[in-house]
Order: sequence, then structure tokens, then C-alpha cells
Amino acid sequence: MDNAFGQPQNVVVLGGSSDIARAIVRKLCAARANTVVLAGRNQELLDAAASEARDYGATSTATVLFDAEDVNDAARVVDECLERVDGPVDLVIVAVGLLGHQSAMEDDATASARMMNVNLTWPVAALARLRARLVVQGRGRILVISSVAAVRVRRTQYLYGGAKAGLDRLAQGVADSLEGTGVTLQLLRPGFVRSKMTTGQKEIPFTTGVNEVADNALRGLASGERVIWSPPILRYVFFALRHLPAPLWRRLADR
Amino acid sequence: MTRQRLTGWGRTSASLSSVISPRNEDEVAAALSGEVIARGLGRSYGDAAQLAGGVVLDNAELGGVSAISADGLVTVGAGVSLEDLLALSIPQGWFVPVTPGTRQVSIGGMIGADVHGKNHHREGSIGAHVTEMRLVTPIGAMTLSPTHEPALFWATMGAMGLTGVLTSVTLRMIRIETDQVLVDTDRFGDLDAVMAEMSRGDDAYRYSVAWVDCMTRGSHMGRAILTRGDHATASQVDDAHLKAPRAARLRVPLDAPSGLLNPFSIRAFNELWFRSAPRHERDEAQSLATFFHPLDGVGDWNRLYGRRGFVQYQFCVPDAAGETVVEAISRLSSSRVPSFLAVLKRFGAANPAPLSFPQPGWTLALDLPVGPEKLPGILDGLDELVLGAGGRVYLAKDARLAPATFAAMYPRLGEFLALKARVDPEGHLTSDLARRLHLGSPHG
Repeated sequence: MDNAFGQPQNVVVLGGSSDIARAIVRKLCAARANTVVLAGRNQELLDAAASEARDYGATSTATVLFDAEDVNDAARVVDECLERVDGPVDLVIVAVGLLGHQSAMEDDATASARMMNVNLTWPVAALARLRARLVVQGRGRILVISSVAAVRVRRTQYLYGGAKAGLDRLAQGVADSLEGTGVTLQLLRPGFVRSKMTTGQKEIPFTTGVNEVADNALRGLASGERVIWSPPILRYVFFALRHLPAPLWRRLADR
Repeated sequence: MTRQRLTGWGRTSASLSSVISPRNEDEVAAALSGEVIARGLGRSYGDAAQLAGGVVLDNAELGGVSAISADGLVTVGAGVSLEDLLALSIPQGWFVPVTPGTRQVSIGGMIGADVHGKNHHREGSIGAHVTEMRLVTPIGAMTLSPTHEPALFWATMGAMGLTGVLTSVTLRMIRIETDQVLVDTDRFGDLDAVMAEMSRGDDAYRYSVAWVDCMTRGSHMGRAILTRGDHATASQVDDAHLKAPRAARLRVPLDAPSGLLNPFSIRAFNELWFRSAPRHERDEAQSLATFFHPLDGVGDWNRLYGRRGFVQYQFCVPDAAGETVVEAISRLSSSRVPSFLAVLKRFGAANPAPLSFPQPGWTLALDLPVGPEKLPGILDGLDELVLGAGGRVYLAKDARLAPATFAAMYPRLGEFLALKARVDPEGHLTSDLARRLHLGSPHG
């Protein structure tokens, strides 16, 4: 059960080996999380994340394997994760995502569709199942990891950014639909984060590490705000960037 | 059956439950086939009387008050409020043996929390004054008393409803001659002074409580107002009446903005409160309501804490660990986390209930608005301090303990769980609090 400070005891992570999710889980375990279920596509990485969760205080961990390209499997994955939690789940983190190298994919119909499946369709299917299950519970929280890339899509990452934009907007609709059900959904929009997903990429202003993102996520989970920005200043930066004329935006974003 | 959003008095950790109001024992029994918890007037601060996705039995329809016998015994429906009971009993010259700081509690809820009052140092908690109660459990309804099924009787005391649903309670009232209390008030400039006076002089008074300022640092840290007294006899007051207290006439109409109670406004309030108390006053006649239930004058005062609500942290520690109280107040005042006037009191002997909160020594209760980022960590630190001193935190106030800390604070938990398993073999009686603390719920 979540406590009065919004600190969860049971946590499920879809995309459990994501560096951002792992950093959040570490901090949740240091507070109150004792049961952690991690779902992902690589058993070895999941085992490492689970062992890390135990190091930080989790007393019970479990892993569930899935492939986010198989969009028909999402409901099964959600059900299996919730079964591994003994009782109601407090927090589900949706951290499934793939950045990839756009230049190799943008003219490839199959690769482009795969990017949509992994970053948008699978998470949307999972959200549908989660919504139904948590509403029956009468309580629970969902944290969807979006990105500032969803706020204004960059030419060099439009597959990733476009998919996140879809997820971001859809999740806000889900959040509205949850009003009065005891269940809440929040969005986390990190800026550029140093992680294995971005290894080799050029850093840009307001780049942060995963621990800073996790700190902001925990603060947001405690306050309950709908959209959590990391770092918080990006709320204002992207308000400006969103309204920039396209030629200017290209010059800024394509660098 | 519609679902309803429920929270405790602190207005944190909301969840949705299906709420039904059974009218008799049979209807209660019929509801015990699935996960369920009883709820009274919702004055527990945390998540004790709510059950996400389950059934909450509102006890409001379990009413009825018997005639009061010549020796003070009265049988009361579990859903009767203390306000309604007192409205009947005071005009007949009877008062409850123990009252919490509000009349807005149900009799069932008083047992569930094994409530204590300003007389705990002499007369114990409510459990000591109950002669019989009727409990509906998943294996059937039963009558419990200190001599019949004593283990289950005591296991129910302070168990936050987790052994069954109470339908009626018989308790022994005390005689009063007037509706007045004669009160001695003393102001102390620091915590050590008030604690020394309480240790020395409390035994001479039936009722005693101190209000402590937790916002002042330095040499006046923990300045306090100590009020002590006893019921006035007819000859002690000019015109002796037996009038029941009036219901609240003021009400907080809407949620205040979350920042209304901030360090500045709370400090200003504490200053005013402290300065308005007399330095030293003897035998001042106060009404029962003023003395026992000062906050009942304003309805829904919890809304002053805004959308995010507040937590109350109440702990007790043995006499020998009095410095724990000083350390707790010192940590709070130096952290500048806002906290309203704290309540300090001495506890007398504990009763045999495995989950009852009071134990001989000191208890301190603090109201803390949710919001400051360091507050969760400060309270986790206080948990450790209290546990290390052999103390514990009160379940009726809790909304944030960790399960392992709770288990360590209540060493007789195993005994309780064994008794609970006997009457609730399938674990139907549970609550958000029970799930959070792994209190006999199969779920975490």
C-alpha cells in the first residue's frame, strides 16, 4: 500500500532494465518498496536490476520476460506481473522504449513500424490492461515515462519522438479517464539523459544523469503533479521551443 | 453498491471501497464473506477504515443506547457516536470513563483504537472499562468479556477492526455532579520544566495534558501549557448544571490552499495560543466540551490542511526514555518542518491487549502537514529513535509506518495474528492499513 507520503510498497516495472527505471526503483526501495516485479526482454539485465533492487531494500523480486514487438502479448505480461505482486499493486512504471538509430530506419517501412510497436502500440496495449485491472483495485498509480522529445519532435529522432508524442497525449487522456476511480496516472518527461540508451550521442544543454531524473520522479510522485519534468526547468524551455518557427527549430534541433 | 472514495481524518492515501450500512448482526454476518472492514466516523488519521476494492461496513445503522443501570452500566450500539451517547448520559449525571479529544467518534471505533484520554495515567484506556461486547466474526457472532473469551476480548481492543465487526458494547460510566471541570493551568517556558512537573504532580489529578510548542527553538524549545483537573462537584461551582455539549456551529466550508498552514502561520498561532493562557491559574471552571473536546467547536477542521492533507505522529516511550520526547521535539523544531501544537501526556499501566498502544511513560502527538520533502525521512528517523527507546507508534494515527518497524514496535503481533487466524481463517478482515503493515492480511 502507498503511504500518506505517496511512497509505494509494491512496484511493477514494464521495461525493468531501463536505466531511468532502475534509478527510480533504487530510490523507491530505499524508501518503502519491498516487492518489485521487473518485466523486460533480456533475462540477464532483469536479473541484474532485481539484484540491485534487493541491495537497496526490496525483500521480494520477480522477473517476467516479454518482447515489446509482440503487441498482442501486452495483456498477458500485465496480468503475469500483477500476479507476482501479493495483493494490490501500488505503482506501475511504464518504461518500455527503444531509441535506435533513426538514419538506418527512416526509409525502412518495417523498421519504422517496429519503432511504433515498441514505443507506442505495446505500451498503449499494456495501459489498456492496466487501466482495467487498477480500476477494479480501487487504488494504484501509473507512471508513464515519456520524453521531452514528445513535446516537439526532432527531425533526427522523429520515429522515437513521434511514438512518444502519441503515448504522451494518449496517456493524458487515460489520466483524465481515471478521475474518481482512485487510480492516477502521471507522466515523466525527462530531457536528454546520460544512459545506455543515449551512449555515443552528443550531449545537449540541460543534460542530466539518471539519478537526477529519479529524484525528480520521486518528487513528482509525492506531489502528484500530472506531468513531471526533469530537470524541472524544461517545462519552461519547451514551452518556448514548442512555439519556435520551424526553420529556427530545425537549426536548433538538428545540430 | 456504489463505490466511494474514502480517506482517514488526515485526508491522505485515498482509495475506493464499496460502502454498505448493515442494520443488524445478520446483515453484518452476510457481508463477511469477502474482504471487508468496519468504519465508524472516520476519525482515525490514516488508512485504517478503508479497503481499496473491498467492502467497507459503515456502522452508522448499528445504533441503540440502553438505560443506564444504577451502577453505571450502559449497552451502546457500535455505531452510536460519543456525542450522542453524552447527550443522553450527561443530563442523567453520567460521563464516559475515557474520552478521546473529540466526540465525533463511534463507540465501535473507540474500541478499535482502544482510545485513551487525559486520565490514562490513572484510569487506563477504554478497554479497562468495557464489561462486554458483541463481535461478529467470519466464523460467527460471539459475546466477549474479560472473563468469557478473554483472549479474543483483548485481541479486539486496539485491533483497528481486524478481528471482526462490533455491533454493541457495554461499558461502565462514571458519576458526575455537574457539567463542569475544575482546571488548574500552568505555563512553562521550556520542555524540561513541564516534564518535571508532570512527573511530580500528575498523580494528584484525574485529568492531565500539556500542549507543547514545537516551533520555537533555543532556550524556549518546547514551551508548554499544562492543564489538569477533575469533575466539579455540585458544591464547587456557583450554579450546577448537567447540560450536554452543543454540536459544532462552525464548519470549514472548503479545502484551504495547501500552503495555508506554513511555518509562519503556525508559529503565529502557537504564539497566540501560548500567550493567551494564564501563567498560573487554579480551580477555573470549564465546560466538559472546552476541557475535553476543544477542536469540536469547528467542524471539518482537517480541511485547513489543504488538498495534500496531514499526518499525525503519535508515539509513546517508557518513563526512563523521557529524553526521547525532548529529542523528537528538538529534531522537529530544528528542521523547521511546520507542526501544530503538540500534545504531551503521561500514560499509566498498559492493559492486556496485544495491539493496544499505551504503555507506562510518555506519549507525544504531533500534527504535521504533508508537503515538506524532508518530512518522510524525519519521521522514519523518529521511528528508529522511538523503537530504540522501547516505544511504539499509535495505529489509529498511522499512515506511514513500514511493516518491519511496526512488527518490531508491537512484539506481541504474533500472538495477535494467531488469535485473528482463529476467527478469520481466510483473512477476510483487512484494510488498507492491514495490507500496508502486513497485519494479518495475506497480501502486502
